[in-house]
Amino acid sequence: MNFHLRIWRQDHEKVKGFFEEIEAVNIPADASFLEMLDMVNNRLIEKQKVPVAFESDCREGICGTCSMVINGIPQGPGRGAACQVYMRSFCDGETITVEPYRAASFPIIKDLVTNRKAYDRIVQAGGFISEHTGGAPDASATLIGKHEADRAMDAAACIGCGACAAACPNSSAMLFVGAKVTHLALLPQGQPERKERALNMVRAMDEEGFGNCSNYYACEAVCPANISASVIATLNREYVAAACRSVAE
Amino acid sequence: MIELDPKIPTGPLEKKWQHFKEHAKLVNPANKRKFRVIVVGSGLAGASAAATLAEQGYNVDCFCFQDSPRRAHSIAAQGGINAAKNYQNDGDSVWRLFYDTLKGGDFRAREANVHRLAEVSRNIIDQCVAQGVPFAREYGGQLANRSFGGAQVSRTFYARGQTGQQLLLGAYASLSHQIKSGRVKMHTHSEMLDLVVVDGHAKGIIVRNLLTGELTRHAADTVMLATGGYSNLYYLSTNARGCNTTAIWRAYKRGALFANPCYTQIHPTCIPVAGDFQSKLTLMSESLRNDGRVWVPKKKGDQRAPQDIPEEERDYYLERKYPAYGNLAPRDISSRSAKEVCDEGRGVGPGGLGVYLDFKDAIARLGKKGVEERYGNLFEMYENITGENAYERPMRIFPALHYTMGGLWVDYHLMSNLPGLYVLGEANFSDHGANRLGASALMQGLADGYFIVPYTLGEYLSTQFGNKVTTDSPEFEEAEAAVRGRMNRLLEVRGTVSSEQFHRELGTLLWEKCGMARSRESLLEALTEIPKIRERFWNEVGVPGTGSSFNQALEAAGRVADFFELGELLCRDALTREESCGGHFRVEYQLPDGEALRNDDQFNCVHAWQYQGEGKEPTLIKEPLNYEFVHPATRNYKH
Ligand SMILES: Cc1cc2nc3c(=O)[nH]c(=O)nc-3n(C[C@H](O)[C@H](O)[C@H](O)COP(=O)(O)OP(=O)(O)OC[C@H]3O[C@@H](n4cnc5c(N)ncnc54)[C@H](O)[C@@H]3O)c2cc1C
Ligand code: SF4
Ligand code: FES
Repeated sequence: MNFHLRIWRQDHEKVKGFFEEIEAVNIPADASFLEMLDMVNNRLIEKQKVPVAFESDCREGICGTCSMVINGIPQGPGRGAACQVYMRSFCDGETITVEPYRAASFPIIKDLVTNRKAYDRIVQAGGFISEHTGGAPDASATLIGKHEADRAMDAAACIGCGACAAACPNSSAMLFVGAKVTHLALLPQGQPERKERALNMVRAMDEEGFGNCSNYYACEAVCPANISASVIATLNREYVAAACRSVAE
Repeated sequence: MIELDPKIPTGPLEKKWQHFKEHAKLVNPANKRKFRVIVVGSGLAGASAAATLAEQGYNVDCFCFQDSPRRAHSIAAQGGINAAKNYQNDGDSVWRLFYDTLKGGDFRAREANVHRLAEVSRNIIDQCVAQGVPFAREYGGQLANRSFGGAQVSRTFYARGQTGQQLLLGAYASLSHQIKSGRVKMHTHSEMLDLVVVDGHAKGIIVRNLLTGELTRHAADTVMLATGGYSNLYYLSTNARGCNTTAIWRAYKRGALFANPCYTQIHPTCIPVAGDFQSKLTLMSESLRNDGRVWVPKKKGDQRAPQDIPEEERDYYLERKYPAYGNLAPRDISSRSAKEVCDEGRGVGPGGLGVYLDFKDAIARLGKKGVEERYGNLFEMYENITGENAYERPMRIFPALHYTMGGLWVDYHLMSNLPGLYVLGEANFSDHGANRLGASALMQGLADGYFIVPYTLGEYLSTQFGNKVTTDSPEFEEAEAAVRGRMNRLLEVRGTVSSEQFHRELGTLLWEKCGMARSRESLLEALTEIPKIRERFWNEVGVPGTGSSFNQALEAAGRVADFFELGELLCRDALTREESCGGHFRVEYQLPDGEALRNDDQFNCVHAWQYQGEGKEPTLIKEPLNYEFVHPATRNYKH
C-alpha cells in the first residue's frame, strides 16, 4: 500500500514547526502504524536525513509511551493506543496527517514527542496509598467483593497516555485523575487517605494548567483503556465531599 | 582467577534466610541518611527497591530511559504472579513452590536462593494488596488464583490480563510517594552508558540525558542495576522495543561477571511472524493454555481449514506426550515440541510456522461469555493484530524469544563480584536456573526489590563509612571520555544503513543458529558470522544528527553495538555447555525420545564469564551448584 503522509516536524520547543510531506510507499497492509513509520525512518536514514522522532516501547498498547495524533485523533483511530493501529484500516493512497499532542501542559520535545511529566507530578501529589514495605497484613484478611474489585480494576487500567487531555477542548486531565481517584476510593485500603488524595490530586492538576471538564466526552471517546467518563463524576463527588469536610473541620 | 563465593548462609534450608536476617549487619537510621544509592531501572525490581530503600531513609537516585518510571517493560506482563499462599487449599506450600521452581529450571539454580524466593512470595501478595493492587477476586471476596505451566496447583494471582501493569503501578505509586517526599530523585529519559569503578568498588555511573544529549556523572555509595533482560538481542521478541543489554554489558566490561548468557527462554504462545517489516512479537499469555488445547494436523502439509479437520486427524501432541501436565507442560518443553511438529512439516499458517491453540472445547464448556470473561482482552488483541476471530477459528501461535535467565552473576546478597554493585530482577542470573516458570519473574523482581536487597544492603554499606567518592576523580573522567568516544565513533561512520537493519540481521542469525535448538556446528557458524556483520555495522551504519540533542538513531545504534558483543558471548557460552538443560537445547545431547539430556557430572555449575579486554577471549569461571537438600532428578512431565 502507498500513503501520503503529512508529518509534523519541529526540532525543539523553541522553534516553529511545520508539516513535512513524505511518501510512504510499499507498505504491507499487516504492518502496524509504527512499523510504517519505522520503514519511513529507515528510508530517511538511507538518504542521510534525520528520521522522524516518535516514542514507543511495548507496542502492545499497555505502556502508554506512544503518543501522537493521527488524522486529528489522539492515539489514532479505533480502540487502543497508536501502536495498535494497523495499516489495513486505511485506504490505499490515503493522505494521513500525523502530529504531536496539542496541549499547553504537554510541551513539544521534538516532532511527535511531547513532555507528559505533568501526569507523573499529579500522581506524586497523592495517587498512592502510604503503606510501609513489610508491614502489610495477610492479603486474605480483608475481603473485597468481586464487583468492587472489578470496578476498581476498570479504573486502574488507565495507561497514563495523556490522550484524554490532548483530545479535550479544555485540555482537561479529569479522566486521568478521576481514574486514579476512583480506583483507590473503591478499595478498603484506599479509605484512610481518600479525602486528601482527591484534594491534592485536583490541586496538582490545576497547578499544571489543565482545564476543567465541561462534558464534551472527547476524552472517553479516545481513551485507549476504555476508562468511562463516570470516573469524572466520581472525582467531582469525592472532591466536593472532601472540600466540604475540610471546611467543616 | 577469581574464586566465586556465593555467600550462602549455613544451616537447614528453611532457616537460612531467617538466620541471615537475624544476624545481618544493619545501618542505623541516622546513618542511612548519609548514604546515597543509585538504582538504574524503574521496572518491578528497580521501582520496588528505590521506594523501599527511600522509605528506610536512604537517599536514592533512580534512572530510567523512558519518559516516566511507569512505562518500564514490566508494565507489559500479562498472566500473573506466583505465591505459595495455598489459599486454594490444593496442597501448595513454600516447599512445593521451591521445588517446582528448581525443577522447572532443570536444577541449574541455587537451592538457597530459590527457597528464599518461595518464602518471600507470600509477603509480596500482602504488600501489593496493601498498595491497592486490584487482584482478581471470587464472588465471596477472596483472592482468585489460576494455574500456570509447570505446576499442579493454582497459585498464580492475577489482575485480568494486566498483572504486570497493576503490580508496576503499585510500585510506581510507592515510588511517586517517595519522590514527593524528596528521598528519591527520579531521572527520566536518562540512559546509563557506563559504570564507574573506583578502587575495585562500583561507585557511580555515566548517564546521557536523552532529551539534551548532555552527559552527566553520578557518584554514590552503591549502584544497583535493575535494567531487565536481553531478549531483544534476537531482534524479534516479546519484550518492549527499548529493552537492551547496555547497562549490564557496560558493567561486564568493567569487571562484573556475566553468568549463563545462553539460558534464554522461548515462549510457546506468541503470535507468529507475519513478515520482515515486523518490529516485535506479541505474547498471548500462557494462561490461555489453561483452557486452550494445542494441536496440529496428523498429516503433513494438511492445507484444510482447521474446522474441516476431523477430531481423529488432529494431534493434540502435548496431551499425548505429557499426559500429567498436558497443555500446561513447561515453556521450554512446549516450545520445542512446537518446533518439532513444524520441522516435521505439520505446522499451520504462513510458512508452516505455527500451531493451533483451540478454544472450541472451552467455549462448549464455559460458553462464549465465560471464555470472554477470562481472556476477552487477549482475543481482542489477537484479532486486532491478525485480523482473525479466535472464537470462531483456533488461534495460531508460535514460540518466540521471551525472557533471559542469564544475567550478571550475583551472590546470595544479590551483589556481583564487583563490590558495591547489586543486580536485581531479570538483569541478574539468580533464581530461574536454565528455564523460568510462568509467573515467576514478577515474583522474583518484587522479591529482590521489596524484601531482599533492603536486608542485604547493610552488609556492604556498614563497611563503607568514610569511603565517599566524588565525580571529579580520574575514574569518572576516564569513563565519561570512553562514553563520548564511543558515541562519536558511531556518529562518524556516516553510513546509510539504519542500525535496525543490522539488528534484524543479527537477530535472525541468532534465532537460526542459537535459538530453540543449538549444535556445535551452528554455534561455530554464528561465531564466524557475527564479527562479519559487526564489522559491516561499524562501516555502514547511518546515525544522522548530533550527539548533543535528542537523537533516537544514536540511542538505537549504541544498543545494537552492545548486542553484537553480547551475541558472541552467548554463542560461546552455548558452545561450552555441552549438555541440554531447560531453554538450552543442544541437539547432540538428547535422549532417544528427544528429551533434553543433562550432564550433571560435568555441568552442574554456573558458567560465569569474565571480560579480558577488546579482542581477547573471555575467561570462564565456574561456580559449582551443590544440591544438599533435593536430588536433581531428570525432569519428567509425563507422569
Ligand atoms: C509480554 C510479556 C509478558 C510477561 N508476562 C509475565 C507474567 O505474566 N508473569 C511473570 O512473572 N513474568 C512475566 N514476564 C516477564 C517479566 O515481565 C519481566 O521479567 C520483568 O517484568 C522484568 O522486570 P525488571 O524490573 O527486571 O526489568 P524491566 O521491567 O525490564 O525494567 C527495566 C528498567 O531499566 C531501565 N533501564 C534499562 N537499561 C537502562 C539504562 N542503560 N539506563 C537507564 N535505565 C535503564 C528501563 O528504563 C526500565 O525502567 C513477561 C514478559 C513479557 C515480555
Ligand atoms: S484516562 Fe485514558 S486517555 Fe487518559 S491517560 Fe488514562 S488511558 Fe490515557
Ligand atoms: S508503545 Fe506501549 S502503548 Fe503504544
